Amino acid sequence: MTAALEIRNLKKAFGGLPATNDVSLTVMPGERRLIIGPNGAGKTTLFNQIAGDLFCDSGSIKLFGQEVSRLKTHRRTHLGVARTYQIITLFPKDTLEHNLVLSLLGLLKTRWNSMMSLRANGHLYEEARRVLATVGLEHLAARPISEVSYGEKRRVEIAMALAQKPKLLLLDEPLAGLSREERVTVSKLVSGISRDTTVVLIEHDMDVALDLADQITVLHYGKVIVEGPRAEVVADPRTKEVYLGH
Amino acid sequence: MGKAQKIWWGILAVAMVGLPFAAGEFYVNLLSQIFIAVIFAAALNLLVGYGGLTSLGHASFLGVAAYISAWLFLKMGWSHLVIAPIAIIGTTLLACAFGWISLRATGLGFLMLTLALSQVLWGLGYRWVGVTDGDNGLRGLTRPQPFGIDLENATNFYFFALIVTAVALMLIARFVHSPFGAALRGTRDQPRRMSALGYNVWMVRWLTFVYSGFWVAVAGMLFIYYNKYIHPSSLSLTASAEALLAVIAGGAGTLGGPVVGAVIVVLLKNYVSSYVERWNMLLGFVFVFIVIFMPEGLVPGVKRLWLRFFVKPVVVPPEAAAGKEGQP
Repeated sequence: MTAALEIRNLKKAFGGLPATNDVSLTVMPGERRLIIGPNGAGKTTLFNQIAGDLFCDSGSIKLFGQEVSRLKTHRRTHLGVARTYQIITLFPKDTLEHNLVLSLLGLLKTRWNSMMSLRANGHLYEEARRVLATVGLEHLAARPISEVSYGEKRRVEIAMALAQKPKLLLLDEPLAGLSREERVTVSKLVSGISRDTTVVLIEHDMDVALDLADQITVLHYGKVIVEGPRAEVVADPRTKEVYLGH
Repeated sequence: MGKAQKIWWGILAVAMVGLPFAAGEFYVNLLSQIFIAVIFAAALNLLVGYGGLTSLGHASFLGVAAYISAWLFLKMGWSHLVIAPIAIIGTTLLACAFGWISLRATGLGFLMLTLALSQVLWGLGYRWVGVTDGDNGLRGLTRPQPFGIDLENATNFYFFALIVTAVALMLIARFVHSPFGAALRGTRDQPRRMSALGYNVWMVRWLTFVYSGFWVAVAGMLFIYYNKYIHPSSLSLTASAEALLAVIAGGAGTLGGPVVGAVIVVLLKNYVSSYVERWNMLLGFVFVFIVIFMPEGLVPGVKRLWLRFFVKPVVVPPEAAAGKEGQP
């Protein structure tokens, strides 16, 4: 079976500081992979290289068997990658509905059309509301992003990624900054994602995040320290040393 | 469109059509000049307001379209019918190249690149005397006669410009409300997110640059037909800045803003310059006033004040309001 994501000897340095230092990892289709590591371990930098926001210095990234390390971000999106951001990146003045419509439109040829009215695409708005309903925000569809709570924005982030029915979903700290109840809501949402979608997740909150993962990769100073099934990684003394011990 | 809106549009249409029969030639000509400035500002606004890319070199496209027309007409002796598409296509191709170079950067870098490129053309306008006649400019054109209608007549020209402007504004409004327009605004607000959503941000910006250049070229055609003369000052930084001022003063990123802004700039230029030599100074004062009191521009600013002073905020829930209907 072709891996959903296959990274080989990936390197990226900022100045002299290595952020990703010879990382290799393989994620199989349908897998739930959790990437953990202390601050500055290179987790988000790794995501940015997978998504295409950063180009690696050397190494290779394969998505569904295709080499993509030199492809631009938007090209990788069309191959089936979607992501959320650690720092919320939405369109604050626009409504929740419009945010979702932009997400749906991103994969359609219609996005180049400059002659028809966007509003005339009723099916996009219906679909947007349907996706919002799956994250429990349909009642806020007509509200601008700037008027909804932080937890709701997090759910919009996830909804925008899910709207594209990605084959590989990258979630960058989806639980960061949420209250206890909101964490439960969002983690339920993540665990409910269909197994047709491979999920790679960066998370700090071990309690909730562990339940979501099949496999765990521990990053430290840009290197993979431990990798394997959940129970093994948690029991490993090196994990405790670099992460859980702190 | 609401009923009140339809009525306002109707009144405006009647006024625009009826005006040449009520007003003197001076005013008819003044409005023709306003139309040219309106197309220019509305096209620039696509980039500045909706794309978040401030260009300080858009006069290039007006000037080049005008120069191509003048040169082909005067030196080659071609007819207007052949020249018009060549000038517009040629200028649009120039916009392709300028956009490709300028969009290496965004923000200030973009602004400086557009300025630098336009300054090159401005310099050429003065120095390439063999083609442009330098500081003398190219003069001696006639206006075209589409379908035998003589545009030398002020009223005829007015209607010609009115139709072109109406078509331009309609297509520009359509562009803004289209999926592509939504994508463009997205690239202004969150370019990184837009590329993660599958949009080619660079391509969206470049196509907008080219489209904007196309409409400025159309404005350039009206400009050369109206003035029958082109001088390097039309390529200058001042010419670009005036259009940018119109966009920002009126309200960047709104459809009405550049129209209002262009009207103000042209009126100031025509009226004030006959009394005060340094009319630019007054334009500066007006601009400073707008920026201090309505930093978002006149159209959104007036709208905000209107809502604050004349429209009471609605706090009654719709059901309750419906229940009150029919009561005195």
